[in-house]
Amino acid sequence: MTLTDEDLELIRRELGREPNETELAMFENLWSEHCAYRSTRHLLRQLPTEADHVIVGPGDDAAVVAIDDEWAIVVGIESHNHPSYVDPYNGAATGVGGIVRDVLSMGAFPIALLDPLRFGPLDAERVPYLVDGVVRGISDYGNRIGVPTVGGELEFDPSYQRNPLVNVMCVGLVRKDEVVRGRAEEPGDVFVLIGARTGRDGIGGAAFASEELDEESEEEDRPAVQIGDPFTERLLILALRELVRRGLVKGCKDLGAAGLTCAVAEMAAEGGVGAEVDVSKVPLREEGMEPWEIMLSESQERMLIVTSPEDVDEVTEVCEKYGLEAAVVGRVTDDGYLTVRDGDEIVARVPVKFLADGAPTLDWEEEPYSYPEDVDVPEPDPEDAVEAILSSPNVSPLLREWVYRQYDHEVQGRTLVKPGHDAAVLWLQHEGLEDKALALTTDSNPRHVLIDPRVGTEGCVAEALRNIATVGARPLCLVDCLNFGSPENPRVYYQLKRSIEGLAEAARRFDVPVVGGNVSLYNEHEADGPVNPTPVVGAVGLIEGVDHLEDFPREPEEGERVIVLGETRPELGGSLYLMEYHEIKGGKVPRVRYREERRLHRLLRRIARGSCASIVRDVSTGGLLAILAEVLGKVGAEVDLSRAPGRAPRWDYLLFSESHGRAIVVTDEPDRVLELASDAGVPAEVVGEVTGDGTLRIAAGSTEIEISRERLEGWWRRPLEHLE
Amino acid sequence: MVRVAVLQFPGTNCDLEMAWAVERAGADAEFVWHEDGELADYDAVIIPGGFTYGDYVRAGAIAALSPVMDEVREFAEEGRPVLGVCNGMQILAEAGLIPGTLTVNDCNRFICDWVHLRVERADTPFTTRYEEGEVLRIPIAHAEGRYYVDEPDEVEDRVVFRFCGPNGEVDDRYNPNGSVRGITGVVNEEGNVLGMMPHPERAAHRLQGSDDGLRLFQSMVDWCRR
Repeated sequence: MTLTDEDLELIRRELGREPNETELAMFENLWSEHCAYRSTRHLLRQLPTEADHVIVGPGDDAAVVAIDDEWAIVVGIESHNHPSYVDPYNGAATGVGGIVRDVLSMGAFPIALLDPLRFGPLDAERVPYLVDGVVRGISDYGNRIGVPTVGGELEFDPSYQRNPLVNVMCVGLVRKDEVVRGRAEEPGDVFVLIGARTGRDGIGGAAFASEELDEESEEEDRPAVQIGDPFTERLLILALRELVRRGLVKGCKDLGAAGLTCAVAEMAAEGGVGAEVDVSKVPLREEGMEPWEIMLSESQERMLIVTSPEDVDEVTEVCEKYGLEAAVVGRVTDDGYLTVRDGDEIVARVPVKFLADGAPTLDWEEEPYSYPEDVDVPEPDPEDAVEAILSSPNVSPLLREWVYRQYDHEVQGRTLVKPGHDAAVLWLQHEGLEDKALALTTDSNPRHVLIDPRVGTEGCVAEALRNIATVGARPLCLVDCLNFGSPENPRVYYQLKRSIEGLAEAARRFDVPVVGGNVSLYNEHEADGPVNPTPVVGAVGLIEGVDHLEDFPREPEEGERVIVLGETRPELGGSLYLMEYHEIKGGKVPRVRYREERRLHRLLRRIARGSCASIVRDVSTGGLLAILAEVLGKVGAEVDLSRAPGRAPRWDYLLFSESHGRAIVVTDEPDRVLELASDAGVPAEVVGEVTGDGTLRIAAGSTEIEISRERLEGWWRRPLEHLE
Repeated sequence: MVRVAVLQFPGTNCDLEMAWAVERAGADAEFVWHEDGELADYDAVIIPGGFTYGDYVRAGAIAALSPVMDEVREFAEEGRPVLGVCNGMQILAEAGLIPGTLTVNDCNRFICDWVHLRVERADTPFTTRYEEGEVLRIPIAHAEGRYYVDEPDEVEDRVVFRFCGPNGEVDDRYNPNGSVRGITGVVNEEGNVLGMMPHPERAAHRLQGSDDGLRLFQSMVDWCRR
């Protein structure tokens, strides 16, 4: 039971009587943290959500943002963390299904998925099984529905061992005049349930997502995990597209958390009307389901649309073409109540606005904490430290490739910049927008956020926007997926509040609206405590004029120069180096210097769009060393980082600092790049040259390292041993 | 104008980009839903990729039994070009329109990657704009793309595409899925039905990373115009 005594009292007072079992179950799920954002609703109000091009901001199934006079993108992000721990394959697969339906329900056609994933250490019990299951789940589902998975993240930390984070972002396209809202407005209209039949799977999923995991979760909570059927989802995509094109959809919602109850209640509450549902009309997968089970089932691949009674036959006909069932399960009323019937019998009747929006917010106690800024970092053996960072699963490009090779990232033929770069780029040629493309990324740096929740979160936004700038995109909007532990833990609530403040601050300072998001709390297991605070930031950018993307980015060639842009600072706090190698929690977390950062983004766009580089990449986890190895390790290069802009007191600061506001460029036109940098006011230096001999030589202060391609690939391959 | 039917089954999901590629090659592409299958008026038929009927059985097995495949068979018997890509190849193989079968990749995982292909025959309706021995860069994306045939010698002259290295070298290093002799594109005896696992429609414009696939569609359109 997730309802508090105060909640129950409030419900009694509002109803003027005791709620019955069905009503209680409905309240329990709709008033759960997962559905009602009870601990964060009031905090999220500080996010800037508006801009001229934002058509639909937070609050509906997904956001809608205009890209020109005719077209808009639809974007949403979700988490499927708890289900993916209990049943990694189905948990991850249905996470994909859910967010795709959120995008569908706005009338859009889905064109891209991104999956930020976080797990415990690969050598820990059950973790390889979780990684394999989650990746196969995403692969089987995403590939079958024909939506390319083009990006995401992959991170490992002990805090995720028994509570992996499986987030998923989806982007779709819609004509502005075909946008559908999650709203029922006209009494007399009917609710039509489309798609799969309703069964007992996933009952109580919303409530399950709002509790911590424990030893028994693996067995006990299995029934709360849904099973996915991507084939039906594909048919839903096609059917919805046809229904929308024919103008038959007056309102639409995905049936996700809290199933039919949530979809009907939110649509009626949003439109200021009432609704009546007859559970005896719902096509069932199994016999003997109770009304509350039918109302709360989270069976997948179902959508609820609102349509005029005279259009029902045409709706049914379209669905039949795609082999989908369509059933009228209720109607829109004008009484402001949600009435649930089982044939003639009324089994629940509650004020719909109260059910959908009446959950009181919860302001938990917070306990500020901090880690020491001044820490003593012992000088390590360079060989040892370099090997440790480059063989970390948090760096290995081969491990990432192992994942995205299993995703169809090319389907729809739009993927101009493939996975493995800072941002993916999707071409809009099928919409007749041959000169436009979207840049997509998701980013989080939970280590930074742990040490300094506010500053760390600002950094996540800076990194996401930097990533889309590397391919020449201008930011359109941000979405966020906040994965935290229990808000009832005062330190976690402190993290959450500071993190949201940081997100709001950064979005304001960069002038990019946060158009939607998701909050996932209670990410903790009794054995491990809370996960590292993980605010995942998704960014969507627009590229107008796509010619620069021909043959960019490409493999660097012998003779090209390596340029570092932006200052390296002694900011090791929360770095992979300090946290993973030294196991030191503390130090100065990289700060976002907004003016410098914005200048850099402008410069990156100019370099990318000016076709004067083979590679433009941002510097983040693992510092300059990790990105230089990734970009130049195979071809070979000679680099002297002592020449890089900025100041670092020692070679390890130079190699491993994760200061923001930096990027590397590989180019055969170094003078032009330096000139652009100078015009933009960004410090830039040529630090080396591509040699083509397959060996990476890096000088940094007092130390020099030399890494052959074979050795590097051996390090990168190391984490894979647990998976193959 | 050359008219090309792009066949849609439930679960087809590469139809959009297939039609786009066909149009780039200068033909009209029209979607034909499997139940509406009237193919007689078209110059060529393409079965695009996807997961027909979810591919919960064997890839392509259910679609191969669907009534529209009888029409495809007739269409092919008249000598008109039929192209099956990825799941389309699996369907053609299941329907017996091309030799051999496709089974689970030897790594037992889905693979999405860019590969090189060697053109083994430049005399089919789909390959006249290529040269024999030419190396193409085209992506693959499949879980069941491992080509198998009992007697590889017997299909040797039907092989149109083979996995290879950047310089055309055919060996295990460049065979992503364990296909016998690296075979990944074959024609029927008459040469007018081609099944291939790689996706030429995803390499039909330089922005996509390669336009090597475009000439396949252009060859087909040339042939239809003849």
